[in-house]
Amino acid sequence: MPRSGTAPIAKAAKLATDDTAVMRRLLRDMLLIRRFEEKTGEAYALGKIGGFCHLYIGQEAVAVGAMAALRPDDVILTSYREHGQALARGMSARAVMAELFGKAAGSSGGKGGSMHLFDASLGFLGGHAIVGAHIPLATGAAFAFKYRGGDQVVVAFFGEAAVNNGAFHEALNMAALWKLPCIYICENNRYGMGTALERSSALYDVVQRACSYDMPAEVVDGMDVLAVRDAVHRAAVRGRQRKTPTLLEIRTYRFMGHSMSDPIHGHYRTKDEVDQQKARDPIVTFGAKLRELRMLDDEAWQAMDAEVADEVADAWRFADEAPDPDPATLTTDVYRET
Amino acid sequence: MPVITYRDALNQALREEMRRDPSVFLMGEEVAVYQGAYKISRGLLEEFGPARVVDTPITELGFAGIGVGAAMVGLRPIVEFMTWNFALLAIDQIVNSAAKMLYMSGGQIPIPIVFRGPGGAALQLAAQHSQSFESWYANVPGLKVVVPATPADAKGLLKSAIRDNNPVVFIEGEMLYNTKGEVPEGEHVVPLGVADVKREGTDVTLVAYGKMVGLALKAADELAKDGVSAEVVDPRTIRPLDVATIVASVRKTNRCVIVEEGWPFAGVGAQVVDDIQREAFDWLDAPILRVTGADVPMPYNKQLEKLAKPDVPKVVAAVNRVLYRR
Repeated sequence: MPRSGTAPIAKAAKLATDDTAVMRRLLRDMLLIRRFEEKTGEAYALGKIGGFCHLYIGQEAVAVGAMAALRPDDVILTSYREHGQALARGMSARAVMAELFGKAAGSSGGKGGSMHLFDASLGFLGGHAIVGAHIPLATGAAFAFKYRGGDQVVVAFFGEAAVNNGAFHEALNMAALWKLPCIYICENNRYGMGTALERSSALYDVVQRACSYDMPAEVVDGMDVLAVRDAVHRAAVRGRQRKTPTLLEIRTYRFMGHSMSDPIHGHYRTKDEVDQQKARDPIVTFGAKLRELRMLDDEAWQAMDAEVADEVADAWRFADEAPDPDPATLTTDVYRET
Repeated sequence: MPVITYRDALNQALREEMRRDPSVFLMGEEVAVYQGAYKISRGLLEEFGPARVVDTPITELGFAGIGVGAAMVGLRPIVEFMTWNFALLAIDQIVNSAAKMLYMSGGQIPIPIVFRGPGGAALQLAAQHSQSFESWYANVPGLKVVVPATPADAKGLLKSAIRDNNPVVFIEGEMLYNTKGEVPEGEHVVPLGVADVKREGTDVTLVAYGKMVGLALKAADELAKDGVSAEVVDPRTIRPLDVATIVASVRKTNRCVIVEEGWPFAGVGAQVVDDIQREAFDWLDAPILRVTGADVPMPYNKQLEKLAKPDVPKVVAAVNRVLYRR
């Protein structure tokens, strides 16, 4: 198991008792991602999805908690493990699944695929597949928000392997220097592909990287959707009011392999370790918490599960039946006509 | 018409476009307080302030990415590289982010950005500071590549580049900054993708861009003394390339020499040869020759450096070969 590190981990604020609908919504959003990704795995095995495909199973609380703290006019940039963030931001299961299937009805018309999901109308600005390279892009969007005035913030999601990358450091330096409203969310799932954090980073606590840039930072329990939401909310307030960037190290775990070609355990981690982490399943634990608080019963859970299963089945059917892109689109969108 | 330097022509273009459109801003190393490493941005900080003329740390990858990110949400950044040699650190952002965003997003996210700075060799700057990368960028769909040769073109093409809704790689000539020429005041816009015949002639076509245009014109003067009439075609934009103008010239002269400063292998000239052989094969009276930089890293020693660069005698010799005169 990982060393514990020395950084304190943020806990969620005490639950309000009157927001059952909000709590159920968080649970449902996580469940949708889980079921969607399970179907994605099946579709990949059947050859309906090609290329590289990285599942988000285990990390659902990070995307859902973060999006719950943002406004519609904020923007999000993320890496290539982004199906969950796309869904949590409000992209339809149909548009995402159709893009994975490479169809014309997909969010990028079938030109992007699993690693390049975009929906500009939702401020969801990709889906980037070079590790760390989108961190400066997010910083640039934050630069633009400050340039124009207003109080929007930008969120950049990336894995812990990206923090050894020059793009991360160059961007965080300028964000702190220029006071840009960017929230850097490091989803620390412990492994960059098959290389454990302690085998690639001289520093165990990612959060300490913020010291180099005199930037506010927190460690957050990424298996607790409310802790994530609260931490992102605090960061968003800092960004909106004081134009201060924040680094959040959100500790999570991927229950599946790095990509579809990587088995769940592989050579780099043990079955025991994965099983131990699965005991912290963010959906199971949050569901149990809601039952404890009498915000959820069996009937409500079953109805939610069925509804989500229907939504995902519908997305599959839609994507499967949708036409391929018109061959003429091969050469469109290379240049924008002035 | 006022006669000004290439440097001041670029400065005019920046100033006029920043006045015209508040979403245009300039960022890069030493562009503000220092007034530009080559003084292209002289006076801009005073007029537009530090929010729009932004000094960056020496982090090409980072600030190029910040420029692309700002363009993603609607600003029109101009990112200055102190030289294009240093932009190698940022090429991931230029190629993987800027050039592909529109396509990957299915047309949702255009990137209206200009990456600009000096390219090519100056004098005795040695291997890491004397390089011509236009063929690298011109290879990438999604990018436009502009290499202005004269002060008037520098101004008119930069204004077009800033107004373009695509990423534009704008490669200036370090050795051209002090050259002078007539430059129209105010709204002078040269469209991208349109070549310019810099000198008319009948016996041979010289295709040259950037600093090599001056060299080609000098070679044409030399050749004229010898009774040879050379036409000099300056594509001005490497991508999109105005093939029609080049081909029309070659169909007239039946002979062609391409002059480029960069390395020969897979250089811009190789592309031009390909276009000509397809469009004007039956008009050619000789193989097309290329005069290029030597296929070596640039040496420091003055004599070796001279050997490594295209010059007038090399161009004249190539022309004589395609004319079967020597």
